[in-house]
Amino acid sequence: MEFAELIKTPRADNVVLHRPFYPAVEGTLCLTGHHLILSSRRQDNAEELWLLHSNIDSIEKRFVGSLGTIIIKCKDLRIIQLDIPGMEECLNIASSIEALSTLDSVTLMYPFFYRPMFEVVEDGWHSFLPEREFELLSSVTNEWRLSYVNKEFSVCPSYPPAVTVPKSIDDEALRRVATFRHGGRFPVLSYYHKKNGMVMMRSSQPLTGTNGRRCKEDSALINATLRAGKRGYIIDTRSLNVAQQARAKGGGFEQEVQYPQWRRIHKSVERYNILQESLIKLVEACNDQSHNMDRWLSKLEASNWLTHIKEILTAACLAAQCIDREGASVLVHGTEGTDSTLQITSLAQIILDPRCRTIRGFEALVEREWLQAGHPFQQRCAQSAYSNSKQKWESPVFFLFLDCVWQILRQFPCSFEFNEHFLIMLFEHAYASQFGTFLGNNESDRCKLKLPQKTMSLWSWVNRPQELSKFKNPLFEANSLVIWPSVAPQSLQLWEGVFLRWNRSSKFLDEAYEEMNNIIEYNKELQAKVNALRRQLAELETDDGMQESS
Amino acid sequence: MEHIRTTKVEQVKLIDRFSTSNKSLMGTLYLTATHLLFIDSSQKETWILHHHIAAVEKLALTTSGCPLVIQCKNFRVVHFIVPRERDCHDIYNSLLQLSKPASYDELYAFSYNPKQNESKRLQGWQLIDLAEEYKRMGVPDSNWQLSNANRDYEICDSYPRELYVPRTASKPVIVGSSKFRSKGRFPVLSYYHRDKEAAICRCSQPLSGFSARCLEDENMLHAISIANPAHHYMYVMDTRPKLNAMANRAAGKGYENEDNYANIRFQFVGIENIHVMRSSLQKLLEVSGTKALSVNSFLSGLENSGWLRHIKAVLDAAIFLAKAIAVENATVLVHCSDGWDRTSQVCSLGSLLLDSHYRTIKGFMVLIEKDWISFGHKFSDRCGQLDGDPKEISPVFTQFLEGVWHLTEQFPQAFEYNEAFLLQIHEHVHSCQFGNFLGNCQKEREELKLKEKTYSLWPFLLDEQKKYLNPLYNRDFSQKLVLLEPNTASFNFKFWRNMYHQFDRTMHPRQSVFNLIMTMSEQNKQLEKDFKELEAKMKQRNRQPEELLTKEPLQSVNPASPALKTSPCFKKEQPLLPMNDSIRTIEGSNTADNRYSEYMEELSKAEPAVVSLEYGVARMTC
Repeated sequence: MEFAELIKTPRADNVVLHRPFYPAVEGTLCLTGHHLILSSRRQDNAEELWLLHSNIDSIEKRFVGSLGTIIIKCKDLRIIQLDIPGMEECLNIASSIEALSTLDSVTLMYPFFYRPMFEVVEDGWHSFLPEREFELLSSVTNEWRLSYVNKEFSVCPSYPPAVTVPKSIDDEALRRVATFRHGGRFPVLSYYHKKNGMVMMRSSQPLTGTNGRRCKEDSALINATLRAGKRGYIIDTRSLNVAQQARAKGGGFEQEVQYPQWRRIHKSVERYNILQESLIKLVEACNDQSHNMDRWLSKLEASNWLTHIKEILTAACLAAQCIDREGASVLVHGTEGTDSTLQITSLAQIILDPRCRTIRGFEALVEREWLQAGHPFQQRCAQSAYSNSKQKWESPVFFLFLDCVWQILRQFPCSFEFNEHFLIMLFEHAYASQFGTFLGNNESDRCKLKLPQKTMSLWSWVNRPQELSKFKNPLFEANSLVIWPSVAPQSLQLWEGVFLRWNRSSKFLDEAYEEMNNIIEYNKELQAKVNALRRQLAELETDDGMQESS
Repeated sequence: MEHIRTTKVEQVKLIDRFSTSNKSLMGTLYLTATHLLFIDSSQKETWILHHHIAAVEKLALTTSGCPLVIQCKNFRVVHFIVPRERDCHDIYNSLLQLSKPASYDELYAFSYNPKQNESKRLQGWQLIDLAEEYKRMGVPDSNWQLSNANRDYEICDSYPRELYVPRTASKPVIVGSSKFRSKGRFPVLSYYHRDKEAAICRCSQPLSGFSARCLEDENMLHAISIANPAHHYMYVMDTRPKLNAMANRAAGKGYENEDNYANIRFQFVGIENIHVMRSSLQKLLEVSGTKALSVNSFLSGLENSGWLRHIKAVLDAAIFLAKAIAVENATVLVHCSDGWDRTSQVCSLGSLLLDSHYRTIKGFMVLIEKDWISFGHKFSDRCGQLDGDPKEISPVFTQFLEGVWHLTEQFPQAFEYNEAFLLQIHEHVHSCQFGNFLGNCQKEREELKLKEKTYSLWPFLLDEQKKYLNPLYNRDFSQKLVLLEPNTASFNFKFWRNMYHQFDRTMHPRQSVFNLIMTMSEQNKQLEKDFKELEAKMKQRNRQPEELLTKEPLQSVNPASPALKTSPCFKKEQPLLPMNDSIRTIEGSNTADNRYSEYMEELSKAEPAVVSLEYGVARMTC
């Protein structure tokens, strides 16, 4: 297919762009296969807009006489308006944008066309291979092995080719367990707690069904992670009710009789469409500045967004607590094990493992617990808060995870190597990007699409020193402790950097942040200077001493 | 003290207020003449000033003892369990008496003795000089003058002696106007904007009833209007909701009739009265004090309390006032009913938006002295300093501080002071430890001889001002920004956790960026000094080689040398790199501080069939 077919009017003059906090700009609008570009005729080119079609969530058209207006709502929550003279041009442009922003073939997406303008120092596609992670693990324990049972994606289509499992369980057993777990997602290692050797595993629900089907190998697999005489905890991210209902559809949960060494805790975390609705409501509330106080608070409440944040954080804290405080191993699952399960396992690691609070460690976490673990990004992030079509796969699962990380970052502002901008950047790229990292729904998709060969990895770009400097938290000081966030409603906040980003000016807050940076930089500089002088003086002193003694 | 029957009770439990499993600390409770003191088994002390106690409650006897719940005006809530009911009863009765003194002389300020000499104490009272402040604003000038009409409180006993009025307002006009205003509080100058030649004036409601007029009052307003030479109209802001103002007419009070006053623009701004505010705070505290609170109950409780709506209304009114002056160059007359609550809020916040001086530490003290203390905000009644009518208590001043806090959140670089300063002032408005806030008006304060018998708070705050400095403060920023224009879209208003949960440590971030930056900026000053000293030493050293050659005998008397000779050991005393870790420590991050930890305490117990979890709705089955 040629993009040209979709672009009936490739350019329009005298288009006026309105966007938050900028004066209106008049210029020429150009449509390319992947971008909407508006350039003013100003010499400095400062007033240019480049917008990826894939960032467009929905558009609205309006006409007053022959002047058309297109309102573009983006996945990063921004709303811009284009005034286009000429009804026909406007209609053409609107229909082109609509078509180009909803291309159904992944291979037509921008990452397949993007040619980086920077030199690749480290190919991000190879930065976080399972083998590397396993190397780290084998330096502290030899109870685990890397299994390639899923090499062809035949045992579990949503797992990566290599997974970490107990050494005592062979591939044949894994195959059998896979048939007993939803979507073949047999229990695999998610996290090893060095401090006490306890582990967190994740999987999907067991397929017990109504007649209580059982699988010897399944209990053998998870029991292999328990110390003698110790009990483990299964955290089911569904309510008991939902879990019981799942049996009618062939799913289910671990019954105590079959898993006597495990205690099950049901910790309900909402999923899919409920979260999507929550996001839509929240953004709607934030975008209406005219709300009086009561209306704003009741809309904030009705969105339930912060309730979801609290649920997720509480469940993650519970998992972390089982491991660190109770000295018990944990298995986390919900239904499919690709959404709420990953929120819990990844947040528990942020709480427990200082490495996950570094930039590199966090990237590894996203790779391991989200991308390789088979969170269906393409489905979940197809639409954002302005979607009006009723598609059922969209859900801000990853977005909520980032918000939870932000909440912990707010409570422990010196314990993270990255800053808020890093989280916002990941949010943006998960929804629309020039990089291939978040394309596809799992490793199998990525392999078929040949993403590593045909697209650039987000990490290749982020991990360049020039980019990294923007994402570094100046207050960071490595902290080896477990960090326990407060989950009281009074401690949770609206993530203003994302939700109010386009609704109010952050000029004064940005300037204050700048000033804070200056104080920190100045502090470093002064310390260096003072120390250098002290050293020099000390040296002179020793010279004196030597002269005197000689 | 005659009220104290039991001075010490052992084996008292202090219960975690948010715990559903009644987590507690064991310790000893002491009752002194001024404080209630609890020392727990780890020797941690909790001091509660009697004057801070808002309410004491004795709950029904339980198996472990008699529960005693104390709510404080600084939002501390403590929950004790006293083993013997008799002890509990004694303490309860003592606290009831001690927390509600019958007369001013029982207040802490009259016994508080910081061991300061008399001249310093007197100097302290002179620190804030309002005459000086009016001079800074530019009055008296050709339009405004100091009036001696109230020199002996003869016209209005809740006003100060010194009042500024338009030059064209004659004594009969003033007297006539004051007779037409509630409690005699006639229109006077509160703030003068020198550049715009526009003024903020304040008064109480007119006694207009349904049709009464007063020529002198009309003349008074006219005089104020023409004191602004640039302008031919002035605003009259009635800060009450219109309905309240209309209801007042039936009682012979009311509001200005635009037909009777030349060139006024009349405006209601709808701030609720002290009773609405009191019950609003009550509701807010009930919600925020709930155990196992869900996000939705919190948000709906916040909404139902109306608290943030009230704060927004006050700020919106202040913005209206500030814009009338800065943008329209118009003079504004502000009043409510008596002109000492809402009027004080709006005048002071409006001035704060207009004048960067009030955003400095000293300037903020001046602002409070002027618009709150001198103009007769009834601190004694509003804070319940004495045993009196509980319906007079209202968090009007707390709302003012919260308004300021919201501004500091939007303009982090515009204020010289920080949040701790606001909290500390709030603490002492209720502590009755210093004389400043005692009584209801200046006349009363003079009668109490506060300047002779008590200390002023301000010099103490100034002495420790390091704690209250905002490290991000930018003086230039404050000056180039003529008018602060805060965004008052609803989403900008947040629950002030650091005020209402200031003693609930577990709810706060475990690392404070603010403290870190404050320490760092302190450290920077020291480093700058160190650097200069070291550089001087270096210079001296570098000169020395020549001196060594020429004047070798002199070296031993070079004063720099002995200092340097001792230096080889400095390495031990001064680490090359100052320890930064100490300022980045995580305060009390452990599961015990967080409510989710208690699931596990439950889980560790033997096999309950169903356990309801404290936070969240999860249930566990096995």
